Amino acid sequence: MKQRDIKRLSLILLFAPFALWILLLIVLPHLGMFYISLREKVAPRTYEFGLENYINFFAEPIYWNTLIRTGSMSLLVTVLALLLGFPIAYYIAKIAGHRSRGALFLMCLIPLWVSDLIRAFGWILLLRETGIISSSLQWAGLVSTPVEFLYNDATVIMGLVYTVILFMIVPLVSTLDGMDDAMVEAGYNLGGNGPTVLRRIIIPYAMPGIVSGCIVVFMLTAGSYLTPILLGGKNSSWFTEQIYDQFITRYNWESGAAFGFLLLAFTSLVVWGGLKLSGQTLNSTVARS
Amino acid sequence: MAIKPNTAFLASYQIYVALFFVFLAAPLVAAGMFAFNDSQFPSLPWQGFTLDWFFNDSEPKLGMFHDRRLLRGLYYSFVIASGVSLLSVFVGTCNAFLFVRCKFPAKDFFYIMMVLPLVIPGVILGISILLLASNIANGAEEALSLDLDFLRPGIVLVVLGQFSFITTITSLVIIARLKKFDASMEEAAYNLGASRVRVLRTITLPFLFPAMAAAGIVAFLVSFENFNTTLFLVGSEAPLTITMYDRMVKVGSTPVLNAVSFFLMIGSALLALVSILVQRDKPQT
Repeated sequence: MKQRDIKRLSLILLFAPFALWILLLIVLPHLGMFYISLREKVAPRTYEFGLENYINFFAEPIYWNTLIRTGSMSLLVTVLALLLGFPIAYYIAKIAGHRSRGALFLMCLIPLWVSDLIRAFGWILLLRETGIISSSLQWAGLVSTPVEFLYNDATVIMGLVYTVILFMIVPLVSTLDGMDDAMVEAGYNLGGNGPTVLRRIIIPYAMPGIVSGCIVVFMLTAGSYLTPILLGGKNSSWFTEQIYDQFITRYNWESGAAFGFLLLAFTSLVVWGGLKLSGQTLNSTVARS
Repeated sequence: MAIKPNTAFLASYQIYVALFFVFLAAPLVAAGMFAFNDSQFPSLPWQGFTLDWFFNDSEPKLGMFHDRRLLRGLYYSFVIASGVSLLSVFVGTCNAFLFVRCKFPAKDFFYIMMVLPLVIPGVILGISILLLASNIANGAEEALSLDLDFLRPGIVLVVLGQFSFITTITSLVIIARLKKFDASMEEAAYNLGASRVRVLRTITLPFLFPAMAAAGIVAFLVSFENFNTTLFLVGSEAPLTITMYDRMVKVGSTPVLNAVSFFLMIGSALLALVSILVQRDKPQT
């Protein structure tokens, strides 16, 4: 009997910090945000409930266009990160020797230890009109006038891929690491060629890692703020910028909350769709332990 | 090696991998190297080596160690990161014991709840916590005329905001380690008559310590470099990333920002190295 009481007590003691954390800092703030997004300001300090903030969002094409643009560019970044990152992850997990494997993996993680701000700053120094690439091109005589590489969509996408690609590589390396080399050999022995083995054996095996990497990369990209602003300039039209604008510049918290909720709902919907399409669940991918 | 691809393919594969690492390093090298350029602007041509951007004590080349606002930012970042790191390691350790050792209903659901903060956009975390805290503070002021200053944007909210998602990271790190723990070691200690507290103190926690230290370092670094969540919660005590961003937007890029970048990169690299060393398993004898 006493043993059970101790178990009970320790369960409660261990559950309390978890519950306080999730309840006070995750669940309640999001419920609060939803609640505030349903308020309309009718007069100073008087509010009514209604869908006004959401109607405003859909009535103004610039708002929902930005959200769709953010979503589609984030999808593009996710696909690019997967295409560019998969060969790297495969190299680290399967081809590199035992010694270089750890070193390469650590090198992939280096950008993680450096702030977003510094990475974006580095890209600015490389790509701006007076930047390293532009002056090198001039010095080499390839161009005659300075070239501006900043402030276009291609640069924003490249910068975002750079920022998030390691979140694709890490889960891929850890799934591919668990794959038995014999599976690939068997594929070849049964007469498969490179592409067939890749399509029929390696990719299905790596699916949980692929999906988990894609989810994290997509969410991080859609929610990123610094990279689009610094590399894309004033007209990068990223949705988080709209949220910031509503909150800080216009001081319209009700509509900012609605925008925040829409971003969350939209990205969750995309993730849900992706999980359904790939036949995975959140438990088998991101929460895999 | 599993596959024996032809050499031409392997060579181009290796070139691709090499190019990828050049791509990874390029902006960091660019951000770091201009800290040593003796020029007013972080751009080519190279004007010669200098350490002025670190140590010079007068304008126009005010070094980072004499720039009072940058130093204050560094100090606040340090205070915030220490707070976040201690809090999140504590809660992360509790979570590890909760999810590895305890049985309770709806465990899978709660596990997903624990992982969730990692995928919520940082901007949303920031604004939702800001909204809740401000509403509580406003409510308390109107109803009870209480002045709950710590719920206004400032250091406490920044710590809470960062803590809200960093705890997921520390929990995952510590959970991974606790799962590797061999329960027979605890049983042996119980059989020898040790109490629960003593077993926890002398066997389980020492085993977990490397993971706790590594999680603490990761939490410290992630907090130090966080921008998205902090942006909405920051008050007058701006941490370094916010100070740097302000400087970048208002003054434009100056080499002193490169000096700060270089300093932060070296600092993070050293801390990351420490976290790898403490996690490395000592050979069992």
